[in-house]
Amino acid sequence: EQGSGAMGGSASLIPRDLLGEYQELTFLSKQEILLAYRRFSELLPKEERENACSARVPKSQILTLPELRANPFQHRICHVFSTSETGDDSMSFEDFLDMLSVFSDSATSDIKSHYAFRIFDFDNDGILDRKDLEQLVNCLTGQGEESRLSSAEMEQLIQNILEESDIDKDGTINLSEFQHVVSRSPDFASSFKIVL
Amino acid sequence: EDEEEDESKEEDNGSQQNRASRRKNYQRKNRDGKKAREEGGQKKDRGKTVPNKDQKESENKEKKTTKRGKEGENKQKKSRKNSTSSASSNSSDEESLSEEELAMLKEQVEQKKKLISTMRNKPWRMVKKLSVLREAQDFVEKFEGALGKGKGKKLYAYKMMMAKKWVKFKRDFENFKTQCIPWEMKIKEVESHFGSSVASYFIFLRWMYGVNLVLFGLIFGLVIIPEVLMGMPYGSLPRKTVPRAEQETAMDFSVLWDFEGYIKYSALFYGYYNNQRTIGWLKYRLPMAYFMVGISVFGYSLMVVIRSMARNANESTADGDDDNFIFSWKMFTSWDYLIGNPETADNKFASITTSFKESIVDEQESNKDENIHLRRFLRVLANVLIICCLCGSGYLIYFVVKRSQTFSKMQNIGWYERNEVEIVMSLLGMFCPPLFETIAALENYHPRIGLKWQLGRIFALFLGNLYTFLLALMDDVNEKLAEEDVVKNITHWTLLGHHNSSAGNDSTVTPPPLDPADVPRGPCWETTVGIEFVRLTVSDIMVTYITILVGDFIRACFVRFVNYCWCWDLEAGFPSYAEFDISGNVLGLVFNQGMIWMGSFYAPGLVGINVLRLLTSMYFQCWAVMSSNVPHARVFKASKSNNFYMGLLLLILFLSLLPVAYTIMSLPPSFDCGPFSGKKRMYDVIQETIELDFPLFVAKIFSYVANPGLIIPAILLMVLTIYYLNAVSKAYQRANTELKKKMQMQREEEKNKRNNKASTNPMLQDLEDLLTPSMKTESPPKHAEDKKIESPSGSSPARKPGRGEALAGSPMAGGRGAALTPPSQVFVTQPRTPGVRAPYPGQPRPWGHPLGPVPGRGRGQPCF
Repeated sequence: EQGSGAMGGSASLIPRDLLGEYQELTFLSKQEILLAYRRFSELLPKEERENACSARVPKSQILTLPELRANPFQHRICHVFSTSETGDDSMSFEDFLDMLSVFSDSATSDIKSHYAFRIFDFDNDGILDRKDLEQLVNCLTGQGEESRLSSAEMEQLIQNILEESDIDKDGTINLSEFQHVVSRSPDFASSFKIVL
Repeated sequence: EDEEEDESKEEDNGSQQNRASRRKNYQRKNRDGKKAREEGGQKKDRGKTVPNKDQKESENKEKKTTKRGKEGENKQKKSRKNSTSSASSNSSDEESLSEEELAMLKEQVEQKKKLISTMRNKPWRMVKKLSVLREAQDFVEKFEGALGKGKGKKLYAYKMMMAKKWVKFKRDFENFKTQCIPWEMKIKEVESHFGSSVASYFIFLRWMYGVNLVLFGLIFGLVIIPEVLMGMPYGSLPRKTVPRAEQETAMDFSVLWDFEGYIKYSALFYGYYNNQRTIGWLKYRLPMAYFMVGISVFGYSLMVVIRSMARNANESTADGDDDNFIFSWKMFTSWDYLIGNPETADNKFASITTSFKESIVDEQESNKDENIHLRRFLRVLANVLIICCLCGSGYLIYFVVKRSQTFSKMQNIGWYERNEVEIVMSLLGMFCPPLFETIAALENYHPRIGLKWQLGRIFALFLGNLYTFLLALMDDVNEKLAEEDVVKNITHWTLLGHHNSSAGNDSTVTPPPLDPADVPRGPCWETTVGIEFVRLTVSDIMVTYITILVGDFIRACFVRFVNYCWCWDLEAGFPSYAEFDISGNVLGLVFNQGMIWMGSFYAPGLVGINVLRLLTSMYFQCWAVMSSNVPHARVFKASKSNNFYMGLLLLILFLSLLPVAYTIMSLPPSFDCGPFSGKKRMYDVIQETIELDFPLFVAKIFSYVANPGLIIPAILLMVLTIYYLNAVSKAYQRANTELKKKMQMQREEEKNKRNNKASTNPMLQDLEDLLTPSMKTESPPKHAEDKKIESPSGSSPARKPGRGEALAGSPMAGGRGAALTPPSQVFVTQPRTPGVRAPYPGQPRPWGHPLGPVPGRGRGQPCF
């Protein structure tokens, strides 16, 4: 009967103790988990909806979510949160919950910055180097040709960023440097947020 | 993947083990550093990157191995303990568990519990989290029972069960609470279209609605409803009856719209309340309740505002005005992940690009400032103009209020004359801010600073207007007070005359009471003030809504549909769509709240009106913003301004407390209306209650407490406490910065230790770059030497002169200037003695400008 009041029949598909565990392990409330479940199972084809907990949604379907549609980091987000072994960035329900938990309002700034780092680390090598930063700038300035920065500007920008954040001066930004910088930002926790 | 694993292990293990492994790592690093130094001695380019990577890898490996070892130990321990304790639980006798083991087990259980509660903070995959959680839960469940002895065991189990229940209850309660928050979806929709800054206005609005709902509950529950249910009914008293002269028109809409007629003589206003000490069968002390509610409205508001300010301040652990990371923040935190609308995303891309470009240009041109005199002149001019505007608007309001007082004495005046004050104030509020913005264009400030100025000016305008209005109203009140004395006599004589006449005619029959509608009565200034505030609020609501309708909706319709047949592009060109004006809206809300606070004492129904207003404007503005506004081109972040808004609210609260407190403390209440009639001052109601309803000693205590001899020291004490706390917080701040410095210093030192490689030291790299290229091949070895030079007391045994001379050549000893005089370089190889270095003496390098001259460097050795 858990949650049957809130979300109708869909709740019964998550076992009750699993729901409790999810609440324990994520920053989401019961309603949010159930809503996530509903949204997730909507992404699945009809015949798979019965066992949405074990099914995987392909990346192309995940990207149709309006919450991710306009996000320039959508591919990265999929990649970071996916546990797919084949590398196709498909997501299971638990991956999906992981994602929503990190992006939820009540997640700590620590875990948010951890995942932000991994999202920005385009080549997955554990550090942000110049290439990563360049790609990041390109993501942030959008696809339009007129909005791109010139290479001199890009160079200058990356130089400035490294001057600020690269504390040990190895030419790259590692996780602790990144967290150090980001944790001081007044806006980070409020903008690194996705609500279903 | 590896990293993740690593981290998780790190977190798994106790902190002591961590420390130990770290220490090992450091040693290892040192070794690595040395090795790398020897390797990379010749090739500089290689030296720059390769050893670092090597180092990292080896670090990782090292960490992993140590971790694995530790984990193995852990497991062993655990299994041993498991076996012992499971054995004990199997045989179920407590004696087999020694005290020590019990303590250890307990500790472990506690640890597991802690792990369970903090699991969500770990960056693990759900699968892993689930398995670890289950394991930990099993463990806890299994061994929890083993803890405690005999009777204690049951109690312990019971306590554990209750704790579990409590956790579950708390979680359910949280769920319930989140479900109760209204308008989540609406706000989310706005958020996804306009970003978090616009949504912050709606969140503020919702918060305000909550606060007003509480105030509404207080006032309605404790004042209005008791009065309506238990007080004397309408028509029983003069103050509760429409006077004879007004009775024919009292139900006309035009009269009601001005809050005259029946509305004026209703429980919505101060004058309606009777001064009877207790009402109804509950013996409800209404005047007392009225007074206390009036105070607690302010008390509650103050508490709520300050609490949320403190929470905001707590949440933002970082001080936002730290400008060391301008570029990094722009890069890493500027994307608003809530944006779900492609158009908004495009806007955001554009604004991020411009902000990048701007900041690059700013950085390049921060030093040159052309024609500072002209700019100063323009700024002064703009301020003079704005002060003129402010004075003008103040005078205009004073003039209008004065005029309205003469109007109010005249008969048959038109609609405009009656509402002139409100119209003028609304018009000023509508047209002055754009005027200010136009004038502010002269000043050419940075947008963010400009915004602050603009907000400050609008604030000053509103505040000035409000206070002029209050001053004029006060004049009015004083006039009314003078008038009242006359009326009081008349009333007295009328009542007496009536009594006498009826008594004279027929002394045996009790006289027919004088109809309450015929009793002459005073002006009741409190109700007048209340009505003024209600009218102001209502006209403010009207103006706001009409502005939205005309300025946003009609404009949007016009732009949208006329664009097909117009000679220029309306959407991109002149009128275009309106942006949502966050600051203006927030200020409007704040001022509206100020008026509510001020007016609610004299018009208890005002809060009800405000609740309705906030409710409707939530829906109306949500609709308007979604239908007819475009996202901001210039976005300013929400979180930074949150406390700014709260600060404004606090200021307004304080400023609206002042006039109310003044009237309560120093004006006599009207003699024939309101709950305090017949008293000298309103606060006499407290004294009266204490004297009549409390035992004697309470009154005595109260009189002692109210003694100025006690109050003044108390205030002094409070001031001193504030001073002390302030000093303490300053000291903490200093300690904080001191610690920061220390940390930087340590890092620096560590870095030097770890990378005895020259290439990673920025300062030296600088120096090196400025040296002649031919030197470069020789440079790596000499850096080791540089380090020695930097040590303060010259503790390095093998100091060689060549380099030092160059440094001593400039007074700054270490800036770029110093390096500009290339020394006759001597190739020196230096024996390394990393262990015995004295602590690094220099001031920490300022983080934002690592390439700039570092004053502290090389300070210790001026004499080579």
